[in-house]
Amino acid sequence: MRKVKCECGHVNPLGTVLCESCGKPIAGNQHIDGNDGKKLLNMRYDGMARRSQTYTKSFVDRVWSFFSSVKVGVWLIVIALVASMVGTIFPQEMYIPPDAPNRAPSVYYEEQYGVFGLIFYQLGLHNLYSSWWYMILIALIGVSLVICSLDRFVPLFKALRNQKPKKHKSFLSRQRLYSESYEITDEEVVKLKEKLKKRRYKLTEANGHILAEKGRFSRWGPYVNHIGLIIILLAAILRSTPIFYMDEYVWVREGETTVLPGSNGEYYVENKDFILETHDDERFRETLEKEGMVASNYQTDVVVYKATRPIPGAEPELEPIVEDSIQMNQPLEFDGYELVQSGYQLNEFTNMTFKIHETDDSNEESLGTFTVNLMEPESEFVLDNGFRVVLDQYYPDYYLDDDGIPASETNFPRNPAFVFFVYPPESENAEVSFLGIGKNIDASGENEYKLGIADFEMHDVSGLSFKYDRSLPFFGIGAAIFMIGVIQGMYWQHRRIWINRTKDGELLMAAHTNKNWFGVKKDIETVIEDTNIKMVDDQQELDEKEK
Amino acid sequence: MDLVNLSSTALYTAFVLYLIATFFFGATIRDRRTDGKKGNAGKIAIIITVIGFLAQLVYFIARWIASGHAPVSNMFEFLTFLGMALVLAFIIIYGYYQLSFLGLFALPIAMIIIAYASMFPTELAPLVPSLQSHWLYIHVSTVALGQGILGVSFVVGLMYLIKQVDQSVKSKGRTWLEFVLYLLFVLIGFVVITSAFNIANYNATFEYSAGNQVIATEYHLPAIAAPNDSSLVTEGVMKPWFETPGWFQGEDAGRKFNTVIWSIISGTILYLVARLLFRKRIGATIQPLLKNVKADLLDEIEYRSVTIGFPVFTLGGLIFAAIWAEVAWGRFWGWDPKEVWALITWFFYAAYLHLRLSRGWHGKKSAWLAVIGFGIIMFNLIVVNLVLAGLHSYA
Ligand code: HEM
Repeated sequence: MRKVKCECGHVNPLGTVLCESCGKPIAGNQHIDGNDGKKLLNMRYDGMARRSQTYTKSFVDRVWSFFSSVKVGVWLIVIALVASMVGTIFPQEMYIPPDAPNRAPSVYYEEQYGVFGLIFYQLGLHNLYSSWWYMILIALIGVSLVICSLDRFVPLFKALRNQKPKKHKSFLSRQRLYSESYEITDEEVVKLKEKLKKRRYKLTEANGHILAEKGRFSRWGPYVNHIGLIIILLAAILRSTPIFYMDEYVWVREGETTVLPGSNGEYYVENKDFILETHDDERFRETLEKEGMVASNYQTDVVVYKATRPIPGAEPELEPIVEDSIQMNQPLEFDGYELVQSGYQLNEFTNMTFKIHETDDSNEESLGTFTVNLMEPESEFVLDNGFRVVLDQYYPDYYLDDDGIPASETNFPRNPAFVFFVYPPESENAEVSFLGIGKNIDASGENEYKLGIADFEMHDVSGLSFKYDRSLPFFGIGAAIFMIGVIQGMYWQHRRIWINRTKDGELLMAAHTNKNWFGVKKDIETVIEDTNIKMVDDQQELDEKEK
Repeated sequence: MDLVNLSSTALYTAFVLYLIATFFFGATIRDRRTDGKKGNAGKIAIIITVIGFLAQLVYFIARWIASGHAPVSNMFEFLTFLGMALVLAFIIIYGYYQLSFLGLFALPIAMIIIAYASMFPTELAPLVPSLQSHWLYIHVSTVALGQGILGVSFVVGLMYLIKQVDQSVKSKGRTWLEFVLYLLFVLIGFVVITSAFNIANYNATFEYSAGNQVIATEYHLPAIAAPNDSSLVTEGVMKPWFETPGWFQGEDAGRKFNTVIWSIISGTILYLVARLLFRKRIGATIQPLLKNVKADLLDEIEYRSVTIGFPVFTLGGLIFAAIWAEVAWGRFWGWDPKEVWALITWFFYAAYLHLRLSRGWHGKKSAWLAVIGFGIIMFNLIVVNLVLAGLHSYA
């Protein structure tokens, strides 16, 4: 490896921009950090050699250089940003409103948003955030993050560990804050040092040259926060495996006990009661009048059972393990699982009781009744008095479709309707009746007997998410590390003040900080009080300020 | 006096105090011109600002007690809180840099936000179940604080541009800067026109059918754009000129669109009047006020506000938000439009911070970024809330 020897005697590795020891710019390498033709030196990484800038020949070198460029990183972030915007133009597939006329994505987008909706759908933008290219984009940001950090961390670490107070004049005078003072006495320098210490600067001295430094640890902030981000990305990968994440959804009727999907038949849940409460508070009267009902509580009272099977294949024995109320914002946790209140359906019909009476009987005196279980209807009912009723058609959630043909919108008994065949005693000829809520139709107009709804029972249904997410601790750790790193890098700053003295009483002072120049100037102002040391000039170049 | 009245009186007081403080900050310009050393105007101004802030705190606490929950749960409450956060951020940054001019620009922006907030329904509203969580308060107040601090970077960035953009030659920068200032006029226009018709108690009701229901929408501004497929019920009011196209989605799309039209019309009129009055571009009119401020210092404050605001925003807008979502919905991230826009904001400021690391991204370019960044925040607040319906959309 070719080394570069500086006039101070220090031997620098290839690609060094500023001598590691005295800071003198190394001729021929100034283009690397863009110092050519500039008054001020670029102080990022203290002009250390970086792999990405030094080796650019082989394929690996090029990939490394590509990903370690902040420019590339910023482009990736900007592309991700724009892509994310595009996905919010229309709702994502999972946010298609439940009451949309047709929720099939192939229809919905075109119906609602015309041509643009169709294009949105055809480009797959309705599932943008889980698309392969969005994932790749995020992964590339991760790769860039790792390479970029490694490329800079090592040189920066080395540079900050071996700092020499004595710097070359061309290094000092090309710092943004710089001053030259003459005829400075030793007493003044002692005073200066005292004040620097009071401001919590750490001093390093060699031959009367001083380096005052504080907040160095803040330089590690970006690396710490990038580690946090990487942990978050890794956690996201973990979360995509079933070991770390499971999410199932189950509808449970009041009074019903069902197996929890995804628990391998190990857990059952019983819905004892679903409660929906609404606000009725004097304080909110005006709003409630305007908006109508506002819910105040969604709650399911549940019992969770653990199933044991003494004999394989036999009916499980259920042993209650927890009994609790689940509310929104208060999920139920047990055995590492979670049950979350996620949806509800009010007033489904549990069963309906019908009576038979003579069509002409104005008192509608009952000749017999039968009850239809609306979850699992039987197909035939034989009454005590000899009537036989066959349930020919059952529409749990009745509506007339576009062609005027009866159909069921869902499988839930929300608006049940029936076609019954009524066989009077000893008769082989059926009378046909169509019944629904508020409907009672005799198609032939000649029926001798009529059916009527005598009674019904209703229940609510609760929608519960059943899940575990074992990746959460990793996200938590990643987020915490990210925050620590960001705060470390943002709320503290690395300030350095170099004070070099020449034999004839000349004092050169230069200062650098990674941010908050105002703060370091204030520091210098206070430490040079009562001395003849000149305040530093801010030499920031006009081209950086813009004219 | 009951708590609700106390609370709204306190808010009104705060608003007036901010206005008075602005004039005192304005007076500091004269101070410098005459004798060069600092007068008392700056000191008085900041004291009035702090009192105003305390008054707003009274508003906040009284309303909290009255409603039983922290007042950050609808558009009015959130925007008011954002205005308050902006003032707080300003006070903190003023404490560090002692720059009076900042008050002259930051307080009016905070006032516009508060005035804008009070155009939304201000009655106490109950909380739906998903909002009943302490994490809501923690999340929303941290977000608002973060956005307030980022708001300072917007204000300072705007000051930088007004100062540095050359008004004597035609350039893209000059046009865009004027456009940003024009947008502020549109916001003011919205406030003015809404207040005017509210005072006049204007009302026109439209009916339209959705599915098998008939829905009524009340307009409080004369209808230029009626809801799609609707009929006007109220008599003796202005007939609509046209209907809102059907692809405007969401509840009350027609009314919102109508409000936007009115805001633009009245904002434009205000802008033109101002142009006639000053006979100069608005940018050129304000520019001389900033003669004595150092551009470097503005650049520095703008950057520092981002470095301080970014972590606060990350904590509130992403981390606390995720914790709350996990507790309420059992999923910490769901790609809801509001969440996505928080992510976009975060990406944007991350890009800003990285760009600042390199040469050539200081000064004007960076000031533009600070302005755009706050534009994204406002977009999230206004457009995403009102147009791209999602879990969070208030009102
Ligand atoms: C969304 C993703 C990212 C976030 C949130 C993020 C965040 C940050 C933050 C907050 C800083 C500190 C900035 C400052 O102190 O002013 C930083 C510094 C930095 N970031 Fe990132 N970053 C991200 C992605 C990247 C990527 C993809 C790269 C690679 C090109 C990168 C390279 C750097 C570098 C080189 C620094 C400066 C390190 C130093 O000062 O020593 N970052 N990042």
